[in-house]
Amino acid sequence: MASDRRPNLNPIILLTPAMVSVAFLLVVPVAFVVVYSFWLRTSVGGEQPGFYLDNWVEVLTDSFYRDILFSTLRIAGITTILCALLGYPAAFFVANTRFRNKALLLLLLMLPFWISYIIRTMSWINILGVSGAFNYLLEALSLTDEPLQMLYNEVTVILGLLHFLLPFMILNIYVSLDGMDRDLVPAARSLGTTPWQAFLEVTLPLSMPGLAAGGLLCFVLGSGTYITPLVLGGPTDAMFANLIYEAIITQLNWPLGSALSIVLLLILGSVVLLYNRYLGLNQLYKSFS
Amino acid sequence: MDNTKRYQRLLERYRSGDLSRRELMSLIGAAGLAYGLTGGPMGALGKQALAAKPDSVRFDGWGGVVSEAFRKYAFDPYQKATGIEVIDGTFSSGDEYLSRVKAGQPGEFNLFHASGVFDYARYAGLGYDVVLNEANIPNLELAMTALKEPFRKVTNGNLSCAPYDYGTTGLAYNTKYISKEEMEEKGAKILIDAKYKGKIGGWGDWRTRVWYGALATDQNPNDIKDMDAVWDAIRAHRDNALKYWGSGAELMSLLAEEEIYVTEGWSGRIAALQQQGHPIAYHDPKNGFGWQECLMVLKGSPLEACEELLNFMLEPEVAIAVAEGQSYPPSLDPTKVDLGDKIPLLPAYDATGTLSQLTFADPAYWNGNEAEWSKTFGRVQKGY
Repeated sequence: MASDRRPNLNPIILLTPAMVSVAFLLVVPVAFVVVYSFWLRTSVGGEQPGFYLDNWVEVLTDSFYRDILFSTLRIAGITTILCALLGYPAAFFVANTRFRNKALLLLLLMLPFWISYIIRTMSWINILGVSGAFNYLLEALSLTDEPLQMLYNEVTVILGLLHFLLPFMILNIYVSLDGMDRDLVPAARSLGTTPWQAFLEVTLPLSMPGLAAGGLLCFVLGSGTYITPLVLGGPTDAMFANLIYEAIITQLNWPLGSALSIVLLLILGSVVLLYNRYLGLNQLYKSFS
Repeated sequence: MDNTKRYQRLLERYRSGDLSRRELMSLIGAAGLAYGLTGGPMGALGKQALAAKPDSVRFDGWGGVVSEAFRKYAFDPYQKATGIEVIDGTFSSGDEYLSRVKAGQPGEFNLFHASGVFDYARYAGLGYDVVLNEANIPNLELAMTALKEPFRKVTNGNLSCAPYDYGTTGLAYNTKYISKEEMEEKGAKILIDAKYKGKIGGWGDWRTRVWYGALATDQNPNDIKDMDAVWDAIRAHRDNALKYWGSGAELMSLLAEEEIYVTEGWSGRIAALQQQGHPIAYHDPKNGFGWQECLMVLKGSPLEACEELLNFMLEPEVAIAVAEGQSYPPSLDPTKVDLGDKIPLLPAYDATGTLSQLTFADPAYWNGNEAEWSKTFGRVQKGY
């Protein structure tokens, strides 16, 4: 029958709004950035359209960009590991607590998101500053003679990132732990394992997808940040996103900033693709559903 | 009666002693309010007149005490008097603001508080300038010629701005830890003195860093002969610095909290710290960085409304109130206008009206080196 051969247009119609949104909000802007990366900066800070490889040659051959990129990946990596180490016990506690109102605990985890990221970052100045709460406490307890200089170094940058990223890790691990069959650990115990062995051989492997999803989020978000090093970093504690900011904002070199942006996008995109290839992105969707 | 005449009548009463400054500001506001609320044929005329004007003008400035002074003494009264809302935003550097203007649409950004003739020249170089009708800004006559001429040179004898205030970027230091004698002896070299390692600050702005690098190596900032020595001085500063600050508010916070003992700083912000009771002193070294700020009108803006706002802001009563609020001397010529008792006490104040004792950045020299120096500083700043 003729009506059977008619193609079913429903999926296309249903997908159109999403595809148009993705095209206009993602594909087109990225395409503009790619085009910009082949232009040149003029002497007054404008752009000279054309197809020039100068920016790409500079970005790919200059060790300055490579060094800052490695430093950024190192800081993001350290932060991700710390998030995992600190986030796992917290998620484990929330998942296994006998506290009736578990939703309240989850709400407390979300609470920091209600406050601006910049304000949260700046709050460390009031905590760790020379006149901050921590120094006040040390002085009050007569533990120090003079205020300790704790701010504006790589440690405070990692601390700021940890503060920002930890909830993402906890929520992802929690989703994994909460979805586990509750009888598995008692079953392992009944077979003679110690609580620690049961954790290592049952709970931890089953929660690995959540750990990996949290790790991916923390790493990607941490690698792309520029506010934390700006607020809490010292003179040399810049990250790759700071280079993009400076190229675009301070040096008015939008073409070079575009090339740098594409480099960061490609590297972080590769990390996401690798993750998806070996672990799958479905765990991430679960965390946000 | 148009708004300009209304202001002038009120000002005449103020000058003759019938009104205090507070009453003047209140009446300007009340006059605008009454004008807007009047019914009948006059009201219809008023609505027609208002309809021809824009609803709002966007102004961008440096934030903090400067924005507070602008809002309190200029924008709010202007808004009440004209019905035109002044929407004010902030930025931390002329570079950052220029990026926003480039990304925006013509007319999206109207007026901004530009620092230095070199910034004005950059904006004009990119075609963002306009030609102001100076007949609409009679108060420009009261501004110092020494402040107007550098801008005229950039834009072929025309003005795209009204000069508004001036100041210096000198050395600010905590007197609990550094004596006046030590500061005078070391000058800019104190910023690279390992004795204060970890207690030194600095603005993360390439121009200021290069300027102070030149001073630390005993060179003329407007004619640097040994740039390698300047970069070495900037590296030495970086290695001894705790933090590059990015805004006036951050500068004040770092000094007030004693995170740092010495940094270069903006004269008005340091004066504000002193007024708050902090033991911070200010020292202008020889060839300290002088700058003049203007209110620049950008291409695509509603010119008549902007000219009216500029004229209003240059009214001596308004300009003096703003100057006292932001702690920077106004552009008004002290030989033409009585600036009162407080202004002459502000840092960098020049009683002669010639500003001959200040060293300003040569716009052609600095803009000619901008691309290379800003990029190199970006690397030096990060440890290279």
